Amino acid sequence: MFPASRYSSKAHRCIRALKTVQTEHAAPQLYTTLHRRKCSSVSTPRITTHYTIHSRDKDSRWEGIEMERFADEADVVIVGGGPAGLSAAIRLKQLANEHEKELRVCLVEKASQIGAHTLSGACLEPTALSELFPDWKERGAPMNTPVTEDVFSILTEKHRIPVPILPGLPMRNHGNYIVRLGNFVHWLGEQAEELGVELYPGYAAAEVLFHEDGSVKGIATNDVGIAKDGSPKDVFERGMELHAKVTLFGEGCHGHLAKQLYKQFNLRENCEPQTYAIGLKEVWVIDEKKWRPGRVEHSVGWPLNRNTYGGSFLYHLNEGEPLVALGFVVGLDYTNPYLSPFREFQRWKHHPSVAPTLEGGSRIAYGARALNEGGIQSIPKLTFPGGLLIGCSPGFMNVPKIKGTHTAMKSGMLAAEAIFPKVTAEGLDSETTGLHVPEYAEALKNSWVWKELHSVRNIRPSFHNYFGLYGGMIYTGVFYWIFRGKEPWTLKHAGLDANQLKPAKECTPIEYPKPDGKISFDLLSSVALSGTNHEGDQPPHLTLKNDSVPVERNLAIYDGPEQRFCPAGVYEYVPLETGDGMRLQINAQNCVHCKTCDIKDPSQNINWVVPEGGGGPAYNGM
Amino acid sequence: MSGRVLVGVKRVIDYAVKIRVKPDKSSVVTDGVKHSMNPFCEIAVEEAVKMKEKKLIKEVVAVSCGPQQAQETIRTALAMGADRGIHVEVTGKDYETLGPLQISKIMAALAKKEEAQLIILGKQAIDDDCNQTGQMTAALLDWPQGTFASEVSLEGDKIKVVREVDGGLETIKINIPAVITADLRLNTPRYATLPNIMKAKKKKIANMKPADLGVDITSRLEVLRVDEPPQRQAGVKVETVEDLVSKLKEAGLV
Repeated sequence: MFPASRYSSKAHRCIRALKTVQTEHAAPQLYTTLHRRKCSSVSTPRITTHYTIHSRDKDSRWEGIEMERFADEADVVIVGGGPAGLSAAIRLKQLANEHEKELRVCLVEKASQIGAHTLSGACLEPTALSELFPDWKERGAPMNTPVTEDVFSILTEKHRIPVPILPGLPMRNHGNYIVRLGNFVHWLGEQAEELGVELYPGYAAAEVLFHEDGSVKGIATNDVGIAKDGSPKDVFERGMELHAKVTLFGEGCHGHLAKQLYKQFNLRENCEPQTYAIGLKEVWVIDEKKWRPGRVEHSVGWPLNRNTYGGSFLYHLNEGEPLVALGFVVGLDYTNPYLSPFREFQRWKHHPSVAPTLEGGSRIAYGARALNEGGIQSIPKLTFPGGLLIGCSPGFMNVPKIKGTHTAMKSGMLAAEAIFPKVTAEGLDSETTGLHVPEYAEALKNSWVWKELHSVRNIRPSFHNYFGLYGGMIYTGVFYWIFRGKEPWTLKHAGLDANQLKPAKECTPIEYPKPDGKISFDLLSSVALSGTNHEGDQPPHLTLKNDSVPVERNLAIYDGPEQRFCPAGVYEYVPLETGDGMRLQINAQNCVHCKTCDIKDPSQNINWVVPEGGGGPAYNGM
Repeated sequence: MSGRVLVGVKRVIDYAVKIRVKPDKSSVVTDGVKHSMNPFCEIAVEEAVKMKEKKLIKEVVAVSCGPQQAQETIRTALAMGADRGIHVEVTGKDYETLGPLQISKIMAALAKKEEAQLIILGKQAIDDDCNQTGQMTAALLDWPQGTFASEVSLEGDKIKVVREVDGGLETIKINIPAVITADLRLNTPRYATLPNIMKAKKKKIANMKPADLGVDITSRLEVLRVDEPPQRQAGVKVETVEDLVSKLKEAGLV
């Protein structure tokens, strides 16, 4: 049986091409672009149905649907139940109790329970925690594993070169604790509830609300009950509006509301664009004989080449079971579109210095998340009328230490301390305008957070040299270890991560080994372990500004890097049903909310928006 | 019908989460794992709330048995429209051995105490797949039962239930009071939206222990061991029919 349609359309294209050749000298560009647009409009199926791209105002299916929202007032609304948001909430309530003032603090979090979307290594520096709760031990904070051994290596394909961690180097972990950050955040949530914070997990902040004068009025939670094609279902209900005197945005790395706020208030005009990395992580139960609780291992080098920033971590936890938390970080300024961070991670586990630890063990968790690498150069303006940014959202991560939790917590606490006097002041007019609290940015600049970030500001950018990794390490050794970051210059980053990819034809595909099912695994079984799920019948939350760009640009020039950098297999290029050409398939249900696609898409066409609350990964103590 | 309806809601591990057997093989890991309301219980709550909205019944009472966290599940039911909740506190070892027989004894005692006219439950829980609680409750109360309901309608002092059975659909008429268990196609549960969750904080949840109801929850079952299902073995591809026959002969199957 001949697939007649396929042959006839090929014939059609042949004839059209002949026509173009004949008249090429007439107006060649015009024909080719017209030709291309005609072909693509025929073969691009509709992918994006979200109302942020296709407005509901002009959509006939939404005529007559009740769009009024229920509204409620609070004193402070916090978006995001991570270390920053919870520390801010706790500090606000501590101050309120101290000064015997009433304060309504509401926190919304898109995960179904506090801690379910939290993922980090993590070696926690207890400085901020001790400021927040000096009695954290008595309160039962899950800090059970003080660091006992600290190992740093450079890996080659078969060998390991140990690097001494001298006191004063940023990656020294003496005095820190290996924690399961999800459990730590869950504990912070319990402390917050005890203090009277209203926590609402399972409800995502989907929209920022504005007063007439342009200041932030609060947020609105997501609508529910919209079908995959964008039409309202029977169970459709509008989200709710939470109004506040001031709103804190603690969405974590590359938050989607923060992205809007940067544009709205021009917060990034005097800083460098943020640069990122992706971190993938697994938790394993290993053979007891291999377990060394309190041991911290970091490595750089293999399998990445010297010009791709990244490295690994492996931490032995001490919580009863012989657990290790291990993972791999790849800087998102990598240039080869054939690079797959997930497969680099799986490949690294086979290194002779890593595999023996995992042999005989079993993997119990997997997840991934983007993290900030921009440091002080990329911090935007932090306050605007009606709101402010806290935590990894503006980005206070100390990159060489790979720690951002302590600075995120401190930023939340400073925000609370700056807001409190203003929010409880008498005679406040919050009906028509949001509070502006520039004191927060001042306090941050005068705190240890700023000193710390300033001293390490040149380490990450120092990798942008011919010697890559080795140049960076030499720079760190000289200027950080000896001079403590006091050099008078500040190095710049290389620009947006999305602009760093080279076209596919200039790069060589990477041959990755097949997963062996014992130490390395395939993508889909890993995604299943993250417990991620979303209501299937909702518009995909990975929205495309232009549905035809993926095939026309990303696939054509960069060979579709999104099918490689997404750690959850959301993006797939599949052949069209008609046989010729490809289309992008978005498996939105797999999404683990890492935000890498929004960051690394070379066409910056993907806009991640928040799906229905309660969806996403179900991390347990990650 | 004067109308108080009891709805049972169970807190179970979320269906999308990968479960893991504890190293001592006694049970499944539940610490920190994402839990949610059993999907069939959501359908049961939705049906009860729909009846109340149609003014066929007066009050919906959500019941859950378990540790402190069961209150979250009751709160979700309240946010969907239930009027008040009852939390029967069962913790520790007792909770691990809590099964359909004890739950039905508790539900029966509560039905008598609350003078309920209807009990709606999910047809089964997704963690144990027992499909027993509804039937046992009806037997203990000597009430009629309409299980696997895909359609429920009140007709005077009787209830018409369309049941999904292996052979198709069976329609029965039963007297009130009765026990109904909800099947998948009964309705589409509504979302528990934030304003309703906030309102639900003001609704009452009564606290009690099984002993307060005169119920003995000692289990007559003992779980010996919990194992993961065996790993699926890879298949073998053969080239010719002769190969296939010889392999079957080798395995002693032919």
